[in-house]
Amino acid sequence: MAIEVRIPTILRNYTGGQKSVEGSGATLEELFTDLDGRYEGLRERLIDDSGVRRFVNVYLNDEDVRFLGGLSAPVSDGDTVTVLPAVAGGRR
Amino acid sequence: MLTISAELHAKILAHARADHPDEACGVIAGAVGSNRPERFIPMLNAERSPTFYRFDSLEQLRVWREMDDRDEEPVVIYHSHTATEAYPSRTDISYASEPCAHYVLVSTRHPDRDEFRSFRILDGEVTEEDVTIAPE
Repeated sequence: MAIEVRIPTILRNYTGGQKSVEGSGATLEELFTDLDGRYEGLRERLIDDSGVRRFVNVYLNDEDVRFLGGLSAPVSDGDTVTVLPAVAGGRR
Repeated sequence: MLTISAELHAKILAHARADHPDEACGVIAGAVGSNRPERFIPMLNAERSPTFYRFDSLEQLRVWREMDDRDEEPVVIYHSHTATEAYPSRTDISYASEPCAHYVLVSTRHPDRDEFRSFRILDGEVTEEDVTIAPE
């Protein structure tokens, strides 16, 4: 078993068009590092020095990881991680 | 070009008026690849702000999963500006990340005149497109 990571359309150029990929790690950060070994550049699109990027929502199963400790959130086999672009904007 | 039914067009405008002076936002889903907006999904503006909008992240997950299950995609992503023209702001452009979506902007700045425009936003580039309102 592994951790399934669902990739939004806009980032599928990093995964050869795949809608979902598999990875491993004990935390979200380790998972993203593991994925970056096979899908180079993906990690950089998801996180920056302060954690999960502002433009991106990352969910562990049904929860927004911002409420679970961000990148240090523990993950385990059988979990599903979903990435969605945040939908936001405004007048300025 | 965006082709949208008169009913959905009216629903977007009504949502924007109802939430004024805060920005309103939502999605119209349609079958993947069809380019036809069909299912109206008003979203919460988690910011509840007159100058900013953001989909509530958990509501977004639920709605995106539902679209996935139904083989739909967000054909239209709409939001309102409440004091400025219906044109994408710098913030709108920097967040735009659905390459297949029509980004619809409406403005509620004039109480008695509607503004409804549609754009493609790709890699920071904004292209306005014609809107055709189809009768039912």
